[in-house]
Amino acid sequence: MIEVKNLSKSFGNVEVLQDINTTFVKGKVNQIIGKSGSGKSVLAKCIVGLYVPTKGQVLYNGESFHDMDKDQKKQLRQEIGMLFQSNALFDSLTVMENVMFPLKMFATMSEREMRERALFCLKRVKIEGQGKKFPAEISGGMQKRVGIARAIAMKPKYLFVDEPNSGLDPQTSIVIDELIQEITEEYETTTIVITHDMNSVMGIADEIYFIHNKRLWWQGTRPELLKSDNQELQEFIFAGSLMRQVRKAMKSG
Amino acid sequence: MSLLYHIGRYFMLLGEVFSKPERLSIYWKRTVEEMDLLGVKSLGIVSLLSLFMGAVITIQTKTNIDSPLIPQYVVGFTVRQSTILEFSPTIISLILAGKVGSTIAAEIGSMRVREQIDALDIMGVNSAGYLILPKIIATALINPFLIIISMFLSIFGGWLAGTLSGIISSSDYITGVQYDFDPYIVTYALIKTVVFAVIIATVSAYQGYYTTGGTREVGISSTKAVVYSDVVILIANYLLTQLLLL
Repeated sequence: MIEVKNLSKSFGNVEVLQDINTTFVKGKVNQIIGKSGSGKSVLAKCIVGLYVPTKGQVLYNGESFHDMDKDQKKQLRQEIGMLFQSNALFDSLTVMENVMFPLKMFATMSEREMRERALFCLKRVKIEGQGKKFPAEISGGMQKRVGIARAIAMKPKYLFVDEPNSGLDPQTSIVIDELIQEITEEYETTTIVITHDMNSVMGIADEIYFIHNKRLWWQGTRPELLKSDNQELQEFIFAGSLMRQVRKAMKSG
Repeated sequence: MSLLYHIGRYFMLLGEVFSKPERLSIYWKRTVEEMDLLGVKSLGIVSLLSLFMGAVITIQTKTNIDSPLIPQYVVGFTVRQSTILEFSPTIISLILAGKVGSTIAAEIGSMRVREQIDALDIMGVNSAGYLILPKIIATALINPFLIIISMFLSIFGGWLAGTLSGIISSSDYITGVQYDFDPYIVTYALIKTVVFAVIIATVSAYQGYYTTGGTREVGISSTKAVVYSDVVILIANYLLTQLLLL
């Protein structure tokens, strides 16, 4: 479980997040939604410790991340898997080497065991045949899968996913979403997904967090999302024509 | 203030770089790869520059001291002294700052803007140590070899130009090269080389590591890496010369 308490973040005089208070649930897909530039990614980066909050704190199982010493942070980070928007795969390493990378840095297992674990992860995301290729030689969807494989290599307790569907066709987006959902259930991770893709939200979100006007504007489940009468939330989720049709269908029963 | 900020942040980054590595074997493997990329692959340009540098020093020395009162071997002596004391360690290091420094800044800068450094940090890897330490060790180990090769080739280039153009006899040149040789000047040159190698690797890595933005900013970081490395090398050259030769 991850708790965020009174978190604010500013860059110089520009305040991006203001007094965020919430809890991210274990074994669930927690999706942070909001317009571009609303501060979703900044919130995620504060939670994983890439940014230091201006105020407030982030608690991992009750322990404040920013109060931890260097070794404790290092230990915790080995329990975190992250899929970046850009995938952040190492271009000079093959797909197999990318997945093996965290194992080589931290795991106490033989080379053969590492290879077996990496192969298992690649099989899990259904790209076991691509191990010898370099990231530049595979498609964007496959790169996402490699990113997921690398994120789960160390059997993480926390999974962060930044815009998993950006640049993907709708069909591949669904495959990646389903993979995130399956992995969350399989490893019982506290999964935090940052997205503005409503298809993804309607597909896999267990808990939804709407960031608007620097604040956590609304929080709830999928059924609550559609029923909510929050004006700003309504404007955001029904901005797309598909979602407008959903609303029309709902109103007509 | 800005200068103090950068100096402070540079030394804080070095603190991170020299903290305990996660896996020594991985760091060593990366160091060997960097020695090939940053050192061995610079051998061609270093050899070419050194040969022509020696040739030009020979011709210029000869044309400038064309007096019957000055013995012919002075040409060889001058080539040796200027090559070992200054041209090979300093000029070649400045050239390497251009080639190696821009490579380091571009590589690390690209990793920064493509979130690969964030990925390392989130995994719990000391990204500064993992990326920069092997480059520092590699350049500090391989650059002295490059400079020694440069010294030989420069002196050889001088002999080649002198004898082929007929401006000095082979025996006069060799006499000059051997005349009053103090091995300390080689030690002095190699100390300078190691210091310059560390400057090139750390200043360039600093520029790359703190790149923000996109590909344009990576280019700007590469340019800054070369310019600042050159400036710091020139200042260090002056200080080391005072410290070691006076």
